[in-house]
Amino acid sequence: MIGEHLPALQVVVPLVAAPLIVLARRGAAAWLIATIASFVSLAIALALFVEVREAGVVSYALGSWAPPWGIEYRIDAANSVVLVLVALLASFVAPYAWRSAAFEVPEDQHYLCYAMFCLCLAGLLGIAITGDAFNLFVFLEISSLSSYVLIALGRDRRALLSAYQYLIVGTIGATFYVIGVGLLYLETGTLNIADLAARVAEVGTERPVLAALAFITVGLSLKLALFPLHFWLPNAYAYAPSIVSAFLAGTATKVSIYALLRFYFSVFGAHELFEVLPMGAILLALSVAAMMLASLGAVFQDNLKHMLAYSSVGQIGYITFGISLANQPALTGSVVHLVNHGVTKTALFLLAGAVAFRVRSVRFERLGGLARAMPLTCAGIVAGGFSLIGVPGTAGFVSKWYFVLGALEAGSWSMAFLPVVSSLIALWYMWRFVEVAYFRAPGPALAGVKEAPPALLVPSLALIAVTVFFGLDAPLTVGAAAQAAQVLLGGIR
Amino acid sequence: MNPEALVLAAAAIPLAGAALIAALDRAPNVREGVTLACAGLLFAAVAALAPHVLAGARPAVELLEMFPGLPLVLRVEPLGMLFALVASALWIVNSLYSIGYMRANREAHQTRFYVCFAGALAATIAIAFAGNLITLFLAYEALTLVTYPLVTHHGDEAAKRGGRVYLGYLLATSIVFLLVAIIVTWYATGTIEFVRGGILGDRLGNAATGALLALYVFGIGKAALMPFHRWLPAAMVAPTPVSALLHAVAVVKAGVFAVVKVVVYVFGVDAMAGLGSVDWLPTVAGFTIVAASVVALRADNLKRRLAYSTVSQLSYVVLAAALLTPLSVIGAALHIAAHAFGKITLFFAAGAIYTAAHKTEVSELDGIGRRMPWTMAAFAIGALSMIGLPPTAGFVSKWFILSGAMSAEHWVAVAVIVASTLLNAGYFLPIVWRAFFRPCAAGAAHGEAPAPMVAALLATAALTVAMFFYADLPLALARQLNGG
Repeated sequence: MIGEHLPALQVVVPLVAAPLIVLARRGAAAWLIATIASFVSLAIALALFVEVREAGVVSYALGSWAPPWGIEYRIDAANSVVLVLVALLASFVAPYAWRSAAFEVPEDQHYLCYAMFCLCLAGLLGIAITGDAFNLFVFLEISSLSSYVLIALGRDRRALLSAYQYLIVGTIGATFYVIGVGLLYLETGTLNIADLAARVAEVGTERPVLAALAFITVGLSLKLALFPLHFWLPNAYAYAPSIVSAFLAGTATKVSIYALLRFYFSVFGAHELFEVLPMGAILLALSVAAMMLASLGAVFQDNLKHMLAYSSVGQIGYITFGISLANQPALTGSVVHLVNHGVTKTALFLLAGAVAFRVRSVRFERLGGLARAMPLTCAGIVAGGFSLIGVPGTAGFVSKWYFVLGALEAGSWSMAFLPVVSSLIALWYMWRFVEVAYFRAPGPALAGVKEAPPALLVPSLALIAVTVFFGLDAPLTVGAAAQAAQVLLGGIR
Repeated sequence: MNPEALVLAAAAIPLAGAALIAALDRAPNVREGVTLACAGLLFAAVAALAPHVLAGARPAVELLEMFPGLPLVLRVEPLGMLFALVASALWIVNSLYSIGYMRANREAHQTRFYVCFAGALAATIAIAFAGNLITLFLAYEALTLVTYPLVTHHGDEAAKRGGRVYLGYLLATSIVFLLVAIIVTWYATGTIEFVRGGILGDRLGNAATGALLALYVFGIGKAALMPFHRWLPAAMVAPTPVSALLHAVAVVKAGVFAVVKVVVYVFGVDAMAGLGSVDWLPTVAGFTIVAASVVALRADNLKRRLAYSTVSQLSYVVLAAALLTPLSVIGAALHIAAHAFGKITLFFAAGAIYTAAHKTEVSELDGIGRRMPWTMAAFAIGALSMIGLPPTAGFVSKWFILSGAMSAEHWVAVAVIVASTLLNAGYFLPIVWRAFFRPCAAGAAHGEAPAPMVAALLATAALTVAMFFYADLPLALARQLNGG
């Protein structure tokens, strides 16, 4: 039955779509295949999400090789959320790509763009779904290699340099990760994550395990852009084609955070990390630096995409802030912010892409008076900005609520002020955009600029609507996140 | 209609109005008709709720479930009823005034203006009827954001700067202090409902309760307690109808309303009375009353003087609530209504003077009462109400506040009220004297402002007087706050 094989199909569908696109070659067919693959992935992810909510855990033995010897795909409350997030964002980006990629990517490279998009999707879904530490490395590389290509497709020549920088950093990150996994394998003789969890607990904190923890932490932190290992991200997002920055901003860092969560809570265990080892304090310090400094960095950008990218680093700081507190509400906040920020930031990058489509620039000096030319796009950006700030009625507010609650649960009134102070910085950088777009007189750069076409506007604004929905009616997302937090805190055992 | 349907209607009418107004960009007369119709309908819906609430009903509507176990709720209680009545009644008058003002001054972006105005009223009603803290917070932030385009209406450098201060103060205080206070309340008690007698009890202990109260009262920046008052004078860059309804009534009253609600329904008057750590509040409020009056005394710009007067008058409400006596709580509720009628009259007069004579400074008003007798007569009535003299509404509320202060034997509060009365007289009466008894400046040839504006300011002046003679309804609602 197909139903049993859904976990495999989750990865196989986009993976097979990629060579099909290369065979089809023609731009329209390539787009159609990529879009269908995205929608099918979403349907599978939703089916798995529902199944996990009933069954608790879905385990799939790839090629019928029983775990821990074969590769296991293992879906529980934590990664089913990530699967839905990745597939959902792909399903909004793919329809948008029709006009945006046609404009930003040379015609003879369209099929490459879509093929890489599908490979990247397969890689990200694979990281989320697999229960095998080495298989995770393989998917990490699939998604990374394809995203280097995707970023390099940007029209701006600096895209090439940014992709190269990301390639070097990403390779270091992946290498560190695989060294860490190798050390764990030496100690325990297994690569299955659930099996690792049980055996690492027996081994305790011997030096190779600590070394593995250090390598995996640094490796994944590079990929998830934890401050101060975020330096590759702003340029990569700013110079990539719009669809690529939109897709990666919402998914790539989020999936890496999931991998970190998995290793921290399932393999090493919350008790070891946060009570025996000082990981909580280290992560807390870096998170607070990200929330404050990286957000402050966003204030001083002169380019919309750069601003959004720095904001991403700051928002990732919120998520790791929740991880460092390691209690139920804080971790609920982290998982729900994974989703909320993914949706918000992808929507914002899509809208920034709509601006680039019409104005051919996202530099603030060219965007004066933009609201008169593109009222809907600007309204969407402001609404997305509200979510970054955490205005009630948007998704960002829901996350903030749980971060403050988590700080109180950790027994600290003063830490409760950290997320809210950071959201004031978000207010500051978003309001720079508002004053540029709404208060300046339109400059010559806007001559003849019209509202973005529906093909770009509809997916972007629909995603903004999702952001608002997740802010007003959160039991679905918060419920899933709370379950995920419970699973993570309980460990796999 | 049953009361629950009326609650929903009251929330929905201004929202629907905003959508309709936006669609009628091309037909200004129909657009203004929609504004007036919405204002009328809203008042009818709110007024129809009053008998139910007076009879002891507390109609409630649950909207969305925002967090698991934490829904958005509208629930009408006496204080919210009073606030909604005042705001919706004044919206009718203010709409009339707006139409005259915006057309006479040929303001741009009038559709945006009326859309945001209707949105602001929707948020105000949601604040008034908020059934728990999260609903209150959502509507509170919405009110800040929807009034931002109104404050920055002129779109010039001054408007942008004023808007920055406005938004900066209001959002920063609410996000950093109020939100944290709400979450602390939720964490400590597991509920954020408004319950008579309070929900906190002694769960947090003396010191922490005092700190939480500070987070609340400073977090509610709209109450303009010093040192977080500067947004209010900054908001005066807005067109005068905005200053009148929003920055004398809806926005600022939303602030003090929220403070009273928090004191009465979250902390609980009796529970607070036993705590030593909340004693500082009357002092801070008293300081704001006197200090703001001193600033007003020195301000030459008329709207700036009115703004500082508002800062001072708002703290009367906070002071009254903080005295924690039944009489002063009644005074707090009444002052929300009394100050609204008086201050909107004063702002209407200031706008009329600007429209007819293009004057903004107090020192330019010599003899203007002879050219604009109706306007300045109304101004005089508003001024009397600010000072607290009969036969105006201000006398009634001040009476209760003063009685409360005396029954609590809080002599500092009594001294503050007396001093402030003198200061009020000191900065309002010279304007009246100047307008009627100084010789006219030469070369001024103007009469009254357009008729709708004069009608509006006479109506609010009449309401100011009427509340002195017919205080039964507001008094009945206010008494219910004490459980009577």
